[in-house]
Amino acid sequence: MTDQFIQTPSQTVGPYFAYGLTSEQYHYNHTQVADGNLIKDEKIKGERIIIKGCVCDGEGNLIPDAMMEIWQADADGKYPGPGIKDQFTGFGRQGTGTAADGSFLFRTIKPGSVNQAAPHINVIVFMRGLQVHAYTRIYFSDEVVANQQDAVLNSVDAKRRTTLIAQRTETGSGIEYRFDIYMQGEKETVFFDV
Amino acid sequence: MQSLKQNSRDWDVHPPYLYPDYKSTVLRAPAKPLIPIRHSLSELTGPVYGHEVIGKYDNDLTKNAITNGEPVGERIIVAGKVTDEKGQPIKRTLIEIWQANAAGRYVHKVDQHEAPLDPNFFGGGRCLTDDEGNYRFYTIKPGAYPWGNHPNAWRPNHIHFSLFGNQIISRLVTQMYFPGDPLLFYDPVFKSVPEKYRHLLISKFSLDLTEESFALGYEFNIVLRGKNETPFE
Repeated sequence: MTDQFIQTPSQTVGPYFAYGLTSEQYHYNHTQVADGNLIKDEKIKGERIIIKGCVCDGEGNLIPDAMMEIWQADADGKYPGPGIKDQFTGFGRQGTGTAADGSFLFRTIKPGSVNQAAPHINVIVFMRGLQVHAYTRIYFSDEVVANQQDAVLNSVDAKRRTTLIAQRTETGSGIEYRFDIYMQGEKETVFFDV
Repeated sequence: MQSLKQNSRDWDVHPPYLYPDYKSTVLRAPAKPLIPIRHSLSELTGPVYGHEVIGKYDNDLTKNAITNGEPVGERIIVAGKVTDEKGQPIKRTLIEIWQANAAGRYVHKVDQHEAPLDPNFFGGGRCLTDDEGNYRFYTIKPGAYPWGNHPNAWRPNHIHFSLFGNQIISRLVTQMYFPGDPLLFYDPVFKSVPEKYRHLLISKFSLDLTEESFALGYEFNIVLRGKNETPFE
């Protein structure tokens, strides 16, 4: 009886999630609910950005079978909800197995600030060998003042805070933020217990 | 700092990040402690998917990939209820599943196991729970397959599940197993879950779900973290 109220244990996403969860990205004949492009309509408001990065294991090797999900507010700092008939879903999903350089890439907009927090994107990381998905956040290197005042960033040891800040560059194809994820080691990304 | 009164992940239930018997965890498990944060709208909201992402045969894996006939294997029904920790149903939430075929072969290109692919079986599907939190899939019982974790390692029959719930903190990815599978006792992925809670991942045979002269039914109920709570702001 009490079983009904115990959280179902997590298990790894395993090596074969691609055809089930990211089918179109990996060219399977099956649809997926979300992909790396969050700008499905030109009318979506906000600064166009690219988030790009790699995922590395404890020996610094690229992880080619990780899956990232992102969840973010829109340019006005509102999380899309069932009541908001917006074309911006705020949600994206990408595997690291299709780009030649092992990266993931999201095309999205820079989120606005929500309740005075520094603008950020929530990230959920999954992979073979990761038994429970891990939560982290992407903050933006050009939001220096907002980052300094952000309660979550300030709860992180100053030395590790940089692992959460994506570096902005302006490339020929637009604004790109680099966000690499390290599962272990000196540069281990901060993961949150949420 | 005020004490945190928020639904947390029940770490007693989940497997540890580092579980050396499952070799892939060794270089991929976060090594530093996770940093607790107060829940804000960032954690207490999440994507909402509706019927627009569900195709006609998405919950019927015996039909969603037919090219020239019926898929091979034992037809089964997998159904159950998705609730929160208070037993309240989680309505209209998206469930995605993927699995091997009856021969223990995944469609995935990386899977090199020498077992046949089935031209009529893909192995991926999804559905929404109904207003009572119930879901139902029709599929083929997945086969066991070998993997490279240790000598003569075999994964027990299982189906991968991915659920959203109402907020990103209720996100869950897990695997459902079958009752009586002798491989469970040799599988480090299954055994990484604390012993007391392993049974939560094993579906139950159900004569009530079984459809006469058609397919055996297995019940798999899922409990996700918390329902809406007031964000700290």
